[in-house]
Amino acid sequence: MKARPSRFMLGGRTYSPAASLLLATPFLLVLMLAFLLPLGMLLRESLFVPSFTVEHYRRVFDEPVYLRVMYRTIRISALVTLISLLLGYPLAAMMARTRGLMLNLLLVAVLLPLWTSVLVRTYAWLVLLQRNGVVNDLLTGLGIVDAPMQLLRTEGAVVLAMSHVLLPFVVLPLYATLRAIPDDYARAARMLGANGFAVFRHVTLPLSMPGITSGCVMVFLLALGFFVTPALIGGPQQMMLATLVQQQVTELLNWPFAGAIIGVLLLAVLGLMIVFHRVIRLDRFVGQA
Amino acid sequence: MRRRSELTAGRLAANAFAYGVAIFLLVPTALIVPMSFGPDRYLKFPPSGFTLEWYSAYFSDRDWLDATFFSLRIAVLTSIVATVVGALVSLALVRGRLPGKPVFELLVVGPVIVPNIAIAIATYLVFDGLKLTGTTLGFVAAHTALAMPFVVFTILASLHRYDADLERAALSCGASPLQAFTWVTLPQILPGIVSAALFAFIISFDEPVISFFISDLDHRSLPRKMFEDIDYNVSPTLAAVATVLTGLTVLALVAGHFAGRGRQASPGARRPTSGN
Repeated sequence: MKARPSRFMLGGRTYSPAASLLLATPFLLVLMLAFLLPLGMLLRESLFVPSFTVEHYRRVFDEPVYLRVMYRTIRISALVTLISLLLGYPLAAMMARTRGLMLNLLLVAVLLPLWTSVLVRTYAWLVLLQRNGVVNDLLTGLGIVDAPMQLLRTEGAVVLAMSHVLLPFVVLPLYATLRAIPDDYARAARMLGANGFAVFRHVTLPLSMPGITSGCVMVFLLALGFFVTPALIGGPQQMMLATLVQQQVTELLNWPFAGAIIGVLLLAVLGLMIVFHRVIRLDRFVGQA
Repeated sequence: MRRRSELTAGRLAANAFAYGVAIFLLVPTALIVPMSFGPDRYLKFPPSGFTLEWYSAYFSDRDWLDATFFSLRIAVLTSIVATVVGALVSLALVRGRLPGKPVFELLVVGPVIVPNIAIAIATYLVFDGLKLTGTTLGFVAAHTALAMPFVVFTILASLHRYDADLERAALSCGASPLQAFTWVTLPQILPGIVSAALFAFIISFDEPVISFFISDLDHRSLPRKMFEDIDYNVSPTLAAVATVLTGLTVLALVAGHFAGRGRQASPGARRPTSGN
């Protein structure tokens, strides 16, 4: 974000520093109460209860149960990112070539799910994947399987539903990047004798790299902390980080340990943001790009 | 411009695949709608008949109604508070000489970067101590913080789209900063303000993760109630609730589209990272 001129920099300057601070005060108060103070208190729990200690953090990495959950969270997140990219790239590429009504319809197809409640989308998968649900009906009807299968509470179901929920986050930045590539490049490559695949491999793909990175990092980040979908679609065998934290808090009241898990998650997220801050355009996910 | 001759077999296959993905995005939610009108206790597609039973179950159940009205109240209040607070800080960022601006910029994007589960757990810890769980104030504060990035980015975008010279002209003609804002700037950025308010509404109304933790036994948001029912007693009533919820979202999106039409095709067409 630092590399380009900040969006906050444009425009004239009407208000004095004192007036500006006054305008920003309500914002500061809300963020203090519902963001900074809570996160600060939680991290304090993880480091200073009962007195300064890294014991809670050591536990996260020492006990095999928790290591397994972390490893599974990373594995599922990586898989979801890969699937989202493989499904999202062709869609974004076609959207970049489409104009008019068709483009609007495709945009609706991407934006509508994005704005539909995550609970509604998760519930939809629950209904589709249940033992006597649509997917099992289809599979038995087509003779692919003899009897309805256990689909819910499997890692496959969690990955499928999460990919579905997160797919728009990779399509949108990819679409923005692909759309900005001038057609001339591909045409020039064709004139020089490149076939369709060569154009993709040597022109389009490298030029769309920023969109790929941005979308993938975003999906991976969101997947790491995902709560609703894995909690409802998966069972104990598919437990991810967020559900582990929830259990520690609501069932065991172990705040310091929950704080330590969140601390690890925050470090991972912060690290990714620092490494990729040049390519992630948050304004592409938020408001108008 | 694309030429017909470029439509190779490879591209045709890629296009077919892309259409498939677009349909995959829509299908699960779209199937819920007809299923919610079906009489089957285990939701079936296609439904074996037509009934409004699940809708009447929804609208006659005290718990569902309480949760719905609680969420509506929170969402309306969040939408108002977040828009006012967000508009003020946006003005300070764009039009003011704000000391410590980079810190404010970081704070604006903070709630999108930090995973919702982290914010939720942390908020629960602090709100429990402050007796804010299950309260309107607690929910509105938490949802306002969460909506802040979307509101601020939307308003910033409309502030940038409009010519700041108009405001300077008003000021040099003797208007006070407040007058210049009310009579010159505000009418120009109104479409952005309206879509920001609608985003804040949807974000609050749909918000499942923080609501999950800061609800209490008597004050549950609609998403929290849905979460419980999905987990413990899946009934077709949920399909009716899901359909109503989706309908409301579509309505708000369409309203936002028309509100922002004056200046741009679709205001803030992009969503947010609501990481849940």
